[in-house]
Amino acid sequence: MAAKAVKIDYPKRHDGRGWEDLRKIEAKVGIIPRADGSAMFRIGHTVAYAAVYGPRDLHPKFMQNPETGILRCRYNMMPFSGHGERVRPGSSRRSQEISMLMSKALLPVLDLKEYPNSVVDVFIELPETDAGTRCAGITAAAMALADAGLLMKDLVTSLSMGHYNGRIMADIDGHEDCDVGISDIPIAYIPTMDKFSLLQLDGDVPKEDLLKLLTLAKKKAMDIYKVQQEALKAKFSGDGHNGKKVKA
Amino acid sequence: MSEDVINVKERDIVVPGEVVAEGMGFLPSKGLYREGAKIHAGRLGMISIEGKVIKLVPLTGAYVPKLNDKIICKIIDVLMTGWRVETRSPYSAVLGLKDATTEFIPRSADLTQYYGLGDYILCKVVTVTSQRLIDVTMKGPGLKKLKDGRLVEVNAYKVPRIIGKEGSMLLMIRNATGCSIDVGQNGWVWVAGPSPEQEIQAVAALKKVEEEAHLPGLTERMKVFLEELTGKQVEVPTVTSGGQMTASEEMAAPEPQQEQQREEYRERRPPHARHGGGRRFPPRNPGD
Amino acid sequence: MSNEHIVKYITKGMRYDGRALDEYRPVSIELNVSHCAEGSARVKIGETEVIAGVKLSLEKPYPDTPAQGNLMINAELTPMSSPQFETGPPGEQAIELSRVIDRGIRESKAIDLTKLCVKEGEKVWSVMVDIVTVNDEGNLFDAGALAAIAALKSAVFPHVTEEGSVDYNKKTDKHVPMNQSPIAITVIKVGDRLLLDPSPAEEAALDARLTIALNDASMLCAMQKGGDMPLTLEEIGAMVDLATKQSKELRKKLG
Repeated sequence: MAAKAVKIDYPKRHDGRGWEDLRKIEAKVGIIPRADGSAMFRIGHTVAYAAVYGPRDLHPKFMQNPETGILRCRYNMMPFSGHGERVRPGSSRRSQEISMLMSKALLPVLDLKEYPNSVVDVFIELPETDAGTRCAGITAAAMALADAGLLMKDLVTSLSMGHYNGRIMADIDGHEDCDVGISDIPIAYIPTMDKFSLLQLDGDVPKEDLLKLLTLAKKKAMDIYKVQQEALKAKFSGDGHNGKKVKA
Repeated sequence: MSEDVINVKERDIVVPGEVVAEGMGFLPSKGLYREGAKIHAGRLGMISIEGKVIKLVPLTGAYVPKLNDKIICKIIDVLMTGWRVETRSPYSAVLGLKDATTEFIPRSADLTQYYGLGDYILCKVVTVTSQRLIDVTMKGPGLKKLKDGRLVEVNAYKVPRIIGKEGSMLLMIRNATGCSIDVGQNGWVWVAGPSPEQEIQAVAALKKVEEEAHLPGLTERMKVFLEELTGKQVEVPTVTSGGQMTASEEMAAPEPQQEQQREEYRERRPPHARHGGGRRFPPRNPGD
Repeated sequence: MSNEHIVKYITKGMRYDGRALDEYRPVSIELNVSHCAEGSARVKIGETEVIAGVKLSLEKPYPDTPAQGNLMINAELTPMSSPQFETGPPGEQAIELSRVIDRGIRESKAIDLTKLCVKEGEKVWSVMVDIVTVNDEGNLFDAGALAAIAALKSAVFPHVTEEGSVDYNKKTDKHVPMNQSPIAITVIKVGDRLLLDPSPAEEAALDARLTIALNDASMLCAMQKGGDMPLTLEEIGAMVDLATKQSKELRKKLG
């Protein structure tokens, strides 16, 4: 991808959003009936599907932990979901790192001690991407884990923040992500604990700006959190399973 | 004195982390947890309130084998000393020779004559260790090999509603469709009917209860549904303990001893003995 | 075991979910589900769901076909879509699925590969179709093949710059030239009956399966037999008839 230096000295972003505006978000729970729990999360043109299988038997045996079940995430971009050429199927170093970070982001809310020697598998697949993919994946995975009925202290919510020349932005998209001048800061946040479970930073950001940015991140994360909660409830409340209307 | 505030009402759906109440006057039950003055939901579920106790009724989740549960299992391996079975949980179970049948099994017998690979059985959980080693037995009233029928998978948490208070929902479906229905606590259900058409009716009824288990007024709706489906008049079986039930009463398992026995994980085998493989020389003595 | 019971139903012309033996579940096709792909489609057959995406790139042609573009079809059975599928390189089920769908499209000459030639011997278009399963409730062959052809039909060339490189951010409105829309239909044999659109339980109980790809004129472009039991000539004939009739129904959905 060619690096461009975009001058950001106009009042709005390239797509007309305000600095603190998120792209359009949408969430749906229960979209993969075969899975124990599943969810879809869309932010702008980034879509993540998450499917949870487990707790279930874990092979190979040497990976089993007799004190607790383990969480195993697998992040994968579908071959046609990248911005340029086709993405070769199979894992890459990037996808392995993201898979590991996603597990770490979700683990603090889970309690798997009831399931020793077992595994909870979370599969995240993206049919289309426009930056913020690991964040969309975490957001979808949290809903899918709740849908699977696991013990969870809270949902985990995630978004990608940006920084340019003292300017703080929420939810950077692909266009902004490509720009080398904009620093990319993906975060994941757990509201009831008021703590961050994912934090990465690429760029050059002074400390005061970082703290301001994280404060804004918390605020915007709550917008996504609300959508996650509504999507989970929509599967059950009023209507029957999967939104089918019931004549009560 | 902080105010006691409750944010939810009976049958509300709550999501993990949601603050359901504030103040020290409420008691959180399983699936809810307290952080300071706030009580949060600890999983996705439905609220049921009994006085000062707030309960969470799970609507989804994996089945966890519990002592004395009657479950339907599938034979997946034949061992020297019995069979290994799938329980629809992360843990397989062992059906030992001495628990297999009231008949005498000779030492060199071909065990597949009794239960072969792929057979389904209705059995009872007799041991659950802290490491989730599980034993089941076929000796007991109603336990049997399941034949001439089909397996239906339902959400294990909906099983109490499918059975109904004093078995009333299940009886209604059985009477209307003429099918024999065996329900495992693990959410596997065996339907065996006189004809495929009737089996399909029974399966449709079970699926409808599963979908609408958490909504009120289900019994009346099922009566109408069964009448439309089968064209027969359907009676709602009378239930001795009547009156309005709370959500958790409707969805709770009927066994009274369940809570107590879940705490008792009895170690029947010495710690060093394992269930893996099951091939042991010489055969070990029965425990106790 | 459970086979005996399914056979009882099938002998009476019934199935576990109440369908008739030759009854297909509802089919839906949705186009342009991935803006990153040059063409994409989501197909649902009942609760089975697959997504296919088309990516195009400029490559050197293969030495033995200097005036032809390339076509590649790849299917992935994702562990997301079923507890039966594992992570890792494609197993024999995924490989068979890829190759059978590939042959249906390639042998029917659905795409005239010579039309993909930009400069003979130097530059041709490569068309890569990836089929990804989202939920497996049976009959992935038919769903995958339908998604692949729907994605191809809607695929457009990306813009090529003056210097000759591809600008994926700009799409042209020039469609990939298609001659045919091959449709694959899988017919299975259980006991002595033939069924369309099998569920997972029926796939596990089948004696034999025949996947048949037909073009617009109902000519047979590709066939593949699976399953452990052999088929008689009459059975094969009957399966082809069933598939031909159903392919016309599905082709209407393609539009």
